[in-house]
Amino acid sequence: MSDIYNVSSSPHIRSKDTTDRIMLYVVIALLPASLFGIYNFGFSALLLILVTVASCVVSEYLFDRVTKRKNTIQDLSAVVTGMLLALNLPPTLPWWMAVIGGAFAIVVVKCLFGGLGQNFMNPALGARCFLLISFTGPMTTFANSRYYISQGMDAVSSATPLAALKAGESVNTMDMLIGRIPGTIGETSVVAILLGAIFLILMGVIDLRIPGTYIVTFVIFVLLFGGHGFDWNYVVAQLCGGGLMLGAFFMATDYVTSPITPVGKIIYGIALGILTGLFRIFGASAEGVSYAIIFGNLLVPLIERITIPRPFGKGGER
Amino acid sequence: MGLGTFKGGIHPYDGKELSKDKPIREAVPEGDLVYPLSQHIGAPAIPVVAVGDTVLRGQKIAEAGGYVSAPIYASASGRVKAIEPRRVVVGDMVESIVIENDGAFQSVEFQETEDVSALSGEEILGKIKEAGIVGMGGAGFPTHVKLSPKEPDKIEYVIANCAECEPYLTSDYRRMLEEPEKLVSGLKIVLQLFQNAKGVLAVEDNKPDCIEKLKELVKDEPRLEVKALLTKYPQGSERQLIYAVTKRAINSTMLPADEGCIVDNVDTLVAIHNAVKLGRPLMNRIVTITGDAVKEPANFSVSIGTSFSELIELAGGFKEQPKKVISGGPMMGFAVFNLDLPTTKTTSALVCLTEDEAARLAPGPCINCGRCVEVCPSRLVPSRLADHAERHLEEPFEKWHGLECVECGSCSFICPARRQLAQAIKSMKKTVLANKRKK
Repeated sequence: MSDIYNVSSSPHIRSKDTTDRIMLYVVIALLPASLFGIYNFGFSALLLILVTVASCVVSEYLFDRVTKRKNTIQDLSAVVTGMLLALNLPPTLPWWMAVIGGAFAIVVVKCLFGGLGQNFMNPALGARCFLLISFTGPMTTFANSRYYISQGMDAVSSATPLAALKAGESVNTMDMLIGRIPGTIGETSVVAILLGAIFLILMGVIDLRIPGTYIVTFVIFVLLFGGHGFDWNYVVAQLCGGGLMLGAFFMATDYVTSPITPVGKIIYGIALGILTGLFRIFGASAEGVSYAIIFGNLLVPLIERITIPRPFGKGGER
Repeated sequence: MGLGTFKGGIHPYDGKELSKDKPIREAVPEGDLVYPLSQHIGAPAIPVVAVGDTVLRGQKIAEAGGYVSAPIYASASGRVKAIEPRRVVVGDMVESIVIENDGAFQSVEFQETEDVSALSGEEILGKIKEAGIVGMGGAGFPTHVKLSPKEPDKIEYVIANCAECEPYLTSDYRRMLEEPEKLVSGLKIVLQLFQNAKGVLAVEDNKPDCIEKLKELVKDEPRLEVKALLTKYPQGSERQLIYAVTKRAINSTMLPADEGCIVDNVDTLVAIHNAVKLGRPLMNRIVTITGDAVKEPANFSVSIGTSFSELIELAGGFKEQPKKVISGGPMMGFAVFNLDLPTTKTTSALVCLTEDEAARLAPGPCINCGRCVEVCPSRLVPSRLADHAERHLEEPFEKWHGLECVECGSCSFICPARRQLAQAIKSMKKTVLANKRKK
């Protein structure tokens, strides 16, 4: 019968944002850092990004096939994971290691826990830490940047600025801001990362609650315990070095693995700042963002439990 | 004075341009009129006419079935054709009086009151009760009950809910533009009941013309003021409206009167004016017929009991077959599966849409984005509540304050995974409350 209309529970209208669209925004936001990485490190970086993304997408497709689930690759979340993982890899990593990393991220960290929305750990970071433990050598060897090579330095850098900083050497913070330094593919350029982050903020995908408290807490920690007092050059180098910016804006803000409660987001950001400071200053390695965030991921259920928001009208608010 | 508002809420496409410039027209019914005996919260009304009786317009055909109940009046003259179960908007079959319209609209005489200010509170409440007035914004709570709080002297605010925050609806807007003096008169009558209260006309700032008109009308009224509100859904939700106007917060365990507030909708206040001043019972209401499927969107003054199909015909019919027809607004209204339904005291609009946005995309997994938390006017975590609801876990549902939900639907609207959050929470709320009553 033609005059029977759809019946469903209210509301009957929906906003335009969908999961797919949000993921697309994140992909777009990661482009500046990706493009800069390709410029900075050359063809090998491009190859690694493509291989990692392909590995993630194919892994998800195959997992869905094998387990007879609905194909979910169109939601673009595997593309996001692939890009994030690639941006966290050294540009000289053998491609097959990247393939293993992508498959680990999607199959082990994400799909085995129930797929999108169910994983308790950021897939890209889980895979990065897996690769760091499995292939420590290749994962900690960094090719030099195009700029430094043009300045007559070796093709393979002796240390990233962050490692040099830890060793007590001085670093050029302007180079770090622009990103013409050695490091992983996507972490070097603060400017490129912030471009993407501003886009995400403008599109309403992320807000400053997590990255803001994360960075502020970290700065306070470095001032108190960094052993350099109020040496702003040191603080800026700590901020721009390693994966802090990429981590704070693109991985700490991962919806699935961060708290949903407003106060929880703040506590989470503070926890990440403290953990990163601990790992960087008191740990053996110069870097600590990845471990801080996956450790923070584990705290999320606890944080949410103690931060259930007080509802409107409770407690005689006037 | 800044704009009144609350935390949370959404900004949906408002669709009001379709009908906002259409003056209110009288929709004269031709066919049968159907009066469900239960078109309010509380006990069903009891018929006082029998099949075969002839009735006049304005004649009582059913009396209140208790204190929390309301009588029903014929809105046309004719013969009582049947008293039988008929389908209503929410899908149930409800015992209804069916009147065969003779088209003559012969009316009983209505007794006007010369000097309303001379009436006692009791007399006013009596007239309101006798006129069958209920909350016409959608809830249908008998107005005389709402206006009889335990301590009338403690009421400090009587708020006229002129927000009309539901998309597409323009009936209150037209009423304020065309007959603001009736609205103000209704509010003044209510103020006669509450000596210590001031009257606030709370209007969203997307209706600057109404704000201006009302301000002009109340400029010499010391007890009345106009409060502009930020345009945002659900600004007209009772708890949010009270907060926006007074900064007082009501929760699910309180009544507005507990914080010294009474809220009434525009059409309800006009009905109070009609009842107390003009002696006319509730027979008509304003209904917006709109949506992209309707040929000539309109605002009608509708005789209660008129069938939806007649109203659609009067609006020129459909230019395109609608996929969805909503009785009420698109955020909180009810989808109906056909038009063979009567207008009741709480029918504010028929929104006919060629696209069913709710059905276009299938729900996906929650990505924990927190948008539902940002928009929830009750500051809940809808995604978690829906999880608990889907698993029928009452304890965590209550622990996460599920009973505080005002059912505005903002969470479902915003959810990028298209989850049916509001639906899950609403039904769980019903279950929890029912179990509580059992205990």
